[in-house]
Amino acid sequence: MNRKKTKLVNKLAITLSLIFFTSLVIFASEDKKQSGDQHKVNPVNTPEEISDYIKHHVKDSHDFHLFSYFSDDKEHHVGFPLPVILWGSNGLTTFMSSEFHHDDEGKVVVNKGGSNFVKLHGKIYELKEGATSIVFDKEHHATNASKPIDLSITKSVFGILLFGLLMFLMFRGLAKQYRTKQVPTGFGRVLEPLVLYVRNEIAKPNIGPKYKKFTGYLMTVFFFIWFSNLMGLTPFGFNVTGQLAITAVLAIITFVVYMASSNKHFWSHQLWMPGVPYLLRPILAVIELAGTLIIKPFSLMVRLFANITAGHIVVMSLIAIGMTMQKELTIYGSTILSLILSLFIMLIEVLVAFLQAYIFTMLSALFIGMAVEEAEHH
Amino acid sequence: MEQLLENFSLDLFVKQTVLFIILIFLMVKYAWKPITKALNEREEGIKNSLESAEEAKKEMENLQASNEQLLKEARAERDALMKEAREIKDKMISDAKDEAKEVASKLIQNAQASIEQEKQAALSELKHQVAELSIGIAETVVKKELASKKDQLKLVEGLLEDVTLK
Repeated sequence: MNRKKTKLVNKLAITLSLIFFTSLVIFASEDKKQSGDQHKVNPVNTPEEISDYIKHHVKDSHDFHLFSYFSDDKEHHVGFPLPVILWGSNGLTTFMSSEFHHDDEGKVVVNKGGSNFVKLHGKIYELKEGATSIVFDKEHHATNASKPIDLSITKSVFGILLFGLLMFLMFRGLAKQYRTKQVPTGFGRVLEPLVLYVRNEIAKPNIGPKYKKFTGYLMTVFFFIWFSNLMGLTPFGFNVTGQLAITAVLAIITFVVYMASSNKHFWSHQLWMPGVPYLLRPILAVIELAGTLIIKPFSLMVRLFANITAGHIVVMSLIAIGMTMQKELTIYGSTILSLILSLFIMLIEVLVAFLQAYIFTMLSALFIGMAVEEAEHH
Repeated sequence: MEQLLENFSLDLFVKQTVLFIILIFLMVKYAWKPITKALNEREEGIKNSLESAEEAKKEMENLQASNEQLLKEARAERDALMKEAREIKDKMISDAKDEAKEVASKLIQNAQASIEQEKQAALSELKHQVAELSIGIAETVVKKELASKKDQLKLVEGLLEDVTLK
């Protein structure tokens, strides 16, 4: 028992120190070519730059960037590179994202495996033969480059892997505890009520008697979204659930689950609603089908994406008050104002992190419940 | 809408699909199934224990009720036994008293009878002795005073008078 605890503590200490060690590696310090000389000391201090910074943050990126600082008129980045895995015209190519030297404007050309790659606005392009820099037409489509299949471990993928691993280790630990005891101890005591909550408050009431088949999916979705949301609030800067692609996957999986488990009763109500005039039934069928096939998954996808992205933007904007309002409020006033406001919004975001996970899971359960509901025996 | 599409990255979509489906399968197999199984078993166990506790309580109540009944019966029996014993005791005492009285009266009667007998015997003995004595006296008087007949008669008469007076 005690031995186990110390083992756990050791494990934790190792993991934490690993994170700290890797995160503090300054993997590149570049003399970033400044487009103008309006900022020699601070990198981000005008509203436009802040807006760009926020836009850049909410997107996915190929390296894990924690923060930057300026010294000797040079920009230093603190973070760690992530592997880039590309499938282009010359087959599979892998290299570390540090090869791009933090360039995001398509200027640094990386030659690997017979192909030239550039990175522009978070996307990697493969230059066609002979081209040395990327050229765009009026519609902003690259004329001399193609997009390879990008299987890179981007920041979001890293996040997914990390949260998946964390989730797996935590709940595997809980599952193992039940082998020897009835009531879990330690961290398992925190996790058990959460599991019970999802099962008893989300799955059971919304799905009905057939809930057992779907609890696994609902729990995975709930804890994945919740962990991702919470980790998005840490200074590591994850924005996993704020990626449209991620929420789209979650929504589509829910869609597939409720479509696959739908029964005759569900479809009879969808296509030929009993109890309404015959003339209205085709119209209702169209509305119902649109709801089931498009609106439900779309609303699931956009709700989560918009809430999390908006949360990130609001938090960062309020933090930026400390810089943008220095003239009006003096440096102390703006700092205090931004601290107070961002503290409050942060508390709200912690609530939103849970709330959005709950809403997504609850609605998924509700949709599944509608699909598997049996005809009532009158 | 355009902004939404611009935000959408197909690569990330594919990666998330693969990773998330793997995550679901791993979590279901290694975490959720054993956890929900254990939780269900525990809930079942709790339910069973509660039920058996309820049953035990009922049984206990039944037992208590029958115990009370038994106690009541025992008490009644004891009361009856004690009453009977008291009656027997009273009867015995009164019987003994009666017998004692009888015996005592008999004894007294006997004693009175024997006293009377003794008295009679003593009286007759006395009479006998008096007669003998008087005969003796008479003899001596006769022997001495036989000279004068007149004196003799006088004496006898005097003696007899005394005797009969008694």
